[in-house]
Amino acid sequence: MFKSFSVLLLLAALSACVTINIYFPAAAAEKAADKIIDEVWQIQPDAKPAESGTKNTTPAK
Amino acid sequence: MKKWIKQRIKLLVACCVLLTPLMAQQAFAAPDLDINTPAISAIKNSMQARHTSLAPHYASGAIGLTSSGQIAVRDATALPLKDRQGINGLVAAENADRSALYKEIANGNGHPEWEGEIRSTFANRWIDKAQTGWWYQGANGWIKK
Repeated sequence: MFKSFSVLLLLAALSACVTINIYFPAAAAEKAADKIIDEVWQIQPDAKPAESGTKNTTPAK
Repeated sequence: MKKWIKQRIKLLVACCVLLTPLMAQQAFAAPDLDINTPAISAIKNSMQARHTSLAPHYASGAIGLTSSGQIAVRDATALPLKDRQGINGLVAAENADRSALYKEIANGNGHPEWEGEIRSTFANRWIDKAQTGWWYQGANGWIKK
């Protein structure tokens, strides 16, 4: 009884680890790519409504 | 052992079984990729410096973005004469930097096998962030943004 529960627990823990290890972090990759592209292409952040928009030299998009 | 003790233990183990994947996900889910390594910064700076030379060629349509995160000469006749000779070397150098960047991000984050997916992520983002009038490769050839 206890042996089968501990086996089940072990399998659950292992499956969780395997799931995490083969997961490609698409959102994090996109965020990293955006950061690098912004720096390479010198893209200025768009002025947000909350900020006083002093930047008006954004590249045309 | 008393029956009620066995049942409590059963319940406890069942809870642990259910919670373990959730706890693992919270511990490891969606970490940011590290892009602040010296190697990545060096490549990024090299690309940033080269962009000053490349920018007019994107605008003129002489070069464009490929579907695999590289750049290519699209129309050499759109280049000013003075730039025609050096363009292949410039494009090759940029592509070497781009390939090194994707590889370095994968390796630097401990997952060399991610290089392909990092490359395609970048391919999409370069095109998305390209300026109006720049050219990029679609399924059937060059498209103007």
